[in-house]
Amino acid sequence: MSSSLSVAAFPLSADDFSAIRLTLELASVTTLVLLCVATPLAWWLARSGSWWSRAVGALVAMPLVLPPTVLGFYLLVSLGPQGWGGQFTQWLGIGLLPFTFAGLVLGSVIYSLPFAVQPLQNAFESLGPRPLEAAATLRASPWDTFWHVVLPLCRPGVVSAAVLSFAHTVGEFGVVLMLGGNIPESTRVVSTQIYGHVEALEYTQAHWLSGGMVLFSFVVLLALGWLNPRGSRLRT
Amino acid sequence: MGNRSFNRIQLNVSKPGFSLVVDMELPSKGITVLYGPSGSGKTTVLRCIAGLERSSQALVQVGGHTWQDESAGVFLPTYRRSLGYVFQEASLFAHLDVAGNLEFARRRATPRMDGSPLLTPEFAIQTLGLSKLLHRRTSDLSGGERQRVAIARALATNPQILLLDEPLASLDEARRREVLPWLEQLGSELQIPMVYVSHATEEVTRLADTLVVLEQGRVMAIGPVDTVLSQVEPVIRLGGETASLVTGRVISHDPQWHLSEIAFDGGTFWVPDAKLQTGQWVRLRVLARDVSIATQAPSGSSIQNTVACTVAQILPDQQPAQALVRLDVSGTPLWARLTRRAVQQLQLQPGMHVWAQVKAMALTQ
Repeated sequence: MSSSLSVAAFPLSADDFSAIRLTLELASVTTLVLLCVATPLAWWLARSGSWWSRAVGALVAMPLVLPPTVLGFYLLVSLGPQGWGGQFTQWLGIGLLPFTFAGLVLGSVIYSLPFAVQPLQNAFESLGPRPLEAAATLRASPWDTFWHVVLPLCRPGVVSAAVLSFAHTVGEFGVVLMLGGNIPESTRVVSTQIYGHVEALEYTQAHWLSGGMVLFSFVVLLALGWLNPRGSRLRT
Repeated sequence: MGNRSFNRIQLNVSKPGFSLVVDMELPSKGITVLYGPSGSGKTTVLRCIAGLERSSQALVQVGGHTWQDESAGVFLPTYRRSLGYVFQEASLFAHLDVAGNLEFARRRATPRMDGSPLLTPEFAIQTLGLSKLLHRRTSDLSGGERQRVAIARALATNPQILLLDEPLASLDEARRREVLPWLEQLGSELQIPMVYVSHATEEVTRLADTLVVLEQGRVMAIGPVDTVLSQVEPVIRLGGETASLVTGRVISHDPQWHLSEIAFDGGTFWVPDAKLQTGQWVRLRVLARDVSIATQAPSGSSIQNTVACTVAQILPDQQPAQALVRLDVSGTPLWARLTRRAVQQLQLQPGMHVWAQVKAMALTQ
């Protein structure tokens, strides 16, 4: 490519920066949604001993083993105009989710769910019944106990869940490609942008973005170890 | 809401292999010790009072308030019961320091409507000697300090009753001796009842005002500690051995044979001289296995201590070959362990006049 010499000073384009901004936006929104969804879910999984909760636990863990493309494919089909999910969102008046940012958030939430649920569930399980009983004898209602005893004591689990959800969403590719369609400013994130650069043989840009991702992942894992010195690490 | 001093506990718990039936009234102040071997249901009683366990048939009334009345469908969850609870392990909140743990309790304290004195964290801090520990992390405290903080935290909620579940059991001997005096002081200063679960005789003798003896889920005896101790302490297995406690006074010494004579209600015993002073009160522990029975005044026996007494009661012992006989020595109970065959051969019956021969005894204080 003849233009590679002219961009050698700083090779990232406005498109690249837009992809980076979108990635961070997607990861932040996904993490927030995940913390709200995964916390009650993990609490229920940790406290309930029914076979029903074990089945749900297995379902939550599925994205760990499924190829992301499979997940993306089913989401695409079900959220499409013929799918039940698509008909539901149309009935709600919010239109179709595939190829939109909201659709990406939904896909990312499902894809990263186990990374949020499992550290929280481990933390809740290792807490045991005693702090809850002690709080109850000190007149704390269950809701009060959850906010002022359970969450502070499970802080390492919450931090792990947030950091891993964020990082895992930044790193997703298959689901995004299937469900998002790589539309600039709307669904084109860093991983799909790298893919695009490589397809176009723009290796310099691909290097910059990929190198950035490597550095980001390393810093995230380092920060996790630093935030949770001897707290709960991810056990999968 | 009725009489403030009224505390009624009625429980009927059935679990596989365990049943608990309790119906008791607790005094409005002072320490009530629930005493019994492990598995006797002491902790279950405490957890049911607190609502940490729910018994299907129960009536729990504390300070005149009904916390639970299953016949009327009333069950207040634990956090709506005005109680303080001290667990066997301190169970302090690790994310808060000592002051933070106390503050957690104070913020949730129940105000008193009837104008009775409010228990404040300041009172708790002072009574348990915590002022120097306030800004320590809970992980930096010793076991005894942790337990003192746990007691203060329980008090800081201004409870109507304080429940303690073997608070010293997880501590070593030195720590236990460190915490016991604080508990004793608390028992005399608090204007609320304390219910204290224990299986340690030392805690019973030092702390109890009222004693409830539980065995296999049944109340064997309840009442002021002195009365109950003299009635049933013999059946409490002190260190696995059935024993009687005899309280008496040193009345004379025999320097030639190094013996001291101790008089009690019903007779005298000679014990090896342990530098006792005349007039001193002592407590003797007589193991049931060291007491034998004769139907006639024994003669030509090596046994020095023989007292006349009456057979009061004959109970089966844990071992099928043996029986426990309660003797009444003019009011002082004395237990003898015999084989059932001996009971048969001597034709022992309650009311019979016999002689008890005591082979050995030990001074306990």
